[in-house]
Amino acid sequence: MLSAEGIVVGYRKGVPVLDGVDLHITPGETVGLAGPSGCGKSTLAKVLCLLLRPWKGRLRMDGEVITGFRHDAPAALRTRVGVVFQQPRLAVDPRLTLREIVAEPLLANGFPASGVIGLANRVGLTGELLERRPHEVSDGQLQRACLARALALRPRYLVCDEMTAMVDASSTAGLVRVVREQASDLETGVLAISHDDALLDVWADRVERLG
Amino acid sequence: MADLVGAWHSAARSRAGTPRGRHIGGRARLRGLLGVGGLLVLIAAAVLLPSLGELDQSKVNYGTRLLAPSTAHPFGTDANGADLLLRSFAGLRVSLLVAALCAAISTVLGSLFGAISGALGGWPDRLLMRLVDTVNAVPHLLLGIVIVALFRGNLWAVVASIALTHWTTVARIVRAEVLSLRERPFIDAAISGGSSRARILRRHLLPAIVGQAAISAVLLLPHAVWHETALSFLGLGLPPHLASIGNILTEARRAVLLGSWWVVVFPSVLLVLTTLATSGLAAGWRDRLVPRRRSELAL
Repeated sequence: MLSAEGIVVGYRKGVPVLDGVDLHITPGETVGLAGPSGCGKSTLAKVLCLLLRPWKGRLRMDGEVITGFRHDAPAALRTRVGVVFQQPRLAVDPRLTLREIVAEPLLANGFPASGVIGLANRVGLTGELLERRPHEVSDGQLQRACLARALALRPRYLVCDEMTAMVDASSTAGLVRVVREQASDLETGVLAISHDDALLDVWADRVERLG
Repeated sequence: MADLVGAWHSAARSRAGTPRGRHIGGRARLRGLLGVGGLLVLIAAAVLLPSLGELDQSKVNYGTRLLAPSTAHPFGTDANGADLLLRSFAGLRVSLLVAALCAAISTVLGSLFGAISGALGGWPDRLLMRLVDTVNAVPHLLLGIVIVALFRGNLWAVVASIALTHWTTVARIVRAEVLSLRERPFIDAAISGGSSRARILRRHLLPAIVGQAAISAVLLLPHAVWHETALSFLGLGLPPHLASIGNILTEARRAVLLGSWWVVVFPSVLLVLTTLATSGLAAGWRDRLVPRRRSELAL
């Protein structure tokens, strides 16, 4: 179980964005997180994937209390939570091809890059697209690559931070389908963040509200 | 009224037809091409010309002293009777060599320093940047003179004195670039994917600053030529028999008072042309090497 207990965190001293937030995700479960913009959904997402150290509160992963964040957390813990960001264009290095982008977590953790093909097939990226660079593909295609990258190390938890906000309806359906398969096949715990209540109604098992 | 509307429409069309960006891009490309071409010609001349003619810089020939430009001596001759065309290009060769070495050393040193400082952040970053401030607080020329004075008349001393005082600018530029890069979501994604600090530096940060560093190196080139010239002009640079633009201009000081304008004009023009060509090259290169503009337009 991935659980946040009484999380207090902000970006400027004395101005907390989250003030005592609790959230629990169990493997295989999809939790929706809704709320108006600026209420701290993405901030909570960053805490959950070990990218932002909370000022107060506790983060526990599978019974273990997390003490280090960012590079202070061991790679094995960081990679246990996959993340897909809202803007695919900012979430990839513009210099790399989609193949290199998807292969990065594999190579960084000593796995062969050959796994890229399977991942690409899974999210619906055809071979030729993999050789292109981010500015040569659409937002939807790029987000698929980001999802493939997030799934590369078979994370036990997956945080989708407004994953579908920048893409069209058919890509949204495709992306959500892949995440749902992942949740049911591999017992992945998913946090689905969105301001679209209708989407969360069909996607999530239960919906939490912030703000 | 209809005319007015029509005029407005055609003006809008012509604006749409020739986007400002493309226009500027074309001019930068032209500048870049002129820069590359000019620099290649200057380098080729500096390498080839001195070995084509007979130039013995250790001999003095009073018979051909301070001759005005003619077909035999297109640039005239200097106070020692040497052909100024050959001597100027021999000087340019030495100046360019010194400058290229200085630019390369300061860029590598500055890029590593700036990238590590920016990537570490926090107190190590503050400490390293105060070190940069300390080096910057001493006037470059003064620090350079001290280094050169310790090893008189040595080519490497001149290189060291310029390189060790100019890496700070590169370090600052690179650090600023790294600071802005490391806040981007793709670095977060890399951390989440288990990439180590070293891997992020190698895979994302260093490739991203290569463009900036290359431009800094090219811009440092003319600056280093001027610095070498200044040191030699003060009599602290290269020995007199090893012509550099600075040495030639030092000797020209006396000759120009006797009315021999060519001993100052021709070497100076070479120096100015080299500067213009390299800055043109830098402008063109920046346009090609910084892909950010292109991909950020698509946002």
